[in-house]
Amino acid sequence: MDRDQIYAKVTEVLVDALGVDEEEVSPTATLTSDLGAESIDFLDIVFRLEKTFGIKIDQGELFPDNVAQNPDYVEGGKVTPKGIAELKARLPHADFARLEADPSVENVGEVFTVNAVVKFVEKKLK
Amino acid sequence: MRWSWIDIITHVEKGKRLVAVKNVSMAEDVLHDHFPAQAGPGGENLAPLPVMPASLLIEGMAQTAGLLVGHAGDFREKVILAKIVKATFDREVTPGQTVRFDATLERMDPSGASTVGTITAIDHASGVEHHVGDVELIFSHIDRNMAGVEFPDENFVFTDNFRALLVAAGMI
Repeated sequence: MDRDQIYAKVTEVLVDALGVDEEEVSPTATLTSDLGAESIDFLDIVFRLEKTFGIKIDQGELFPDNVAQNPDYVEGGKVTPKGIAELKARLPHADFARLEADPSVENVGEVFTVNAVVKFVEKKLK
Repeated sequence: MRWSWIDIITHVEKGKRLVAVKNVSMAEDVLHDHFPAQAGPGGENLAPLPVMPASLLIEGMAQTAGLLVGHAGDFREKVILAKIVKATFDREVTPGQTVRFDATLERMDPSGASTVGTITAIDHASGVEHHVGDVELIFSHIDRNMAGVEFPDENFVFTDNFRALLVAAGMI
C-alpha cells in the first residue's frame, strides 16, 4: 500500500470517527484543534486503524498517555525541553513544530496531525 | 438504585457475546410521557402513543455490552460508556413486547473496548421477532484514561442491581 492509499484510508477513518467532512482533513490538520477530537476519540481512532489496516497498536504507541500529569515532562504548565525530547523519541511519527513554538501543556495534542497518523501507519505496515 | 434497562441475562460467552432481555411494560412512567395524548395540528385529539425511547434502547444495549466488557476483564476495570459510534433504528418498540439486546465484543485492550450489537423486539401477540436496530459502542476503562484523571478505588460500576443480574446469570 503506498502513501496516497494510506492517506485515503486514514481520511476515511477520521471522517467516520470524528464526524468531520472529507474536505476538513488535510495533511497538516491537527486531530484536536482542527478536527475536534477529544480524548475518547483517540481510542476510537486506534480501534478503527487496527481494523482498517490489520495492524496491532499498543496502548500509548500512537498517542501517549498522561503526558500532562507526568512531572518528568511538565513544569509550570509547560512541557520541558527534556519532555519534548522524550516525547520525540517515543513518538517519531508526530509533528512537534507547533509544540516547540509554544510548549504549553494544552498544545501536546497539536503534535498529532493527519500526516503523523499516516506516517505511523506507514511504519507499522513495513 | 441504578436505572436498569435490562431485566435478565439470557446468554453469556465470556469475552465474546452477551444477550439480555427487557420486557417493556405500560407501567413504566417513561412511556406515559413518550408520547402522551395531545392535540393534533388541526386541534383534534391524538391518542397516546407509548413507544420505548430510542435513547433508552441505546442505554439497554450499553448496559448489556458494558456487562460483557466488564466480565471479559473479571470486573477489575471500571467500564464506562464513552462513545456511541453508531445507532440506527428501523422500527419502534411498544408495551407488551420483549426487547433482546445481543452484544458482541469486537475489540478490547487495556484502555477500553468496542462492541457491536443488535436489538430485536419479540412481539408476543404475533410471535414474530422484528429487527429494531444496530448499536456500536466504545467503552473506556476509566482508570486508564488518557487525561490521567483519578477515580475512587472501589468499582462503582458493577454494583446494586447489576450485581443481582450477574449473580442470577452465574457470572459472579
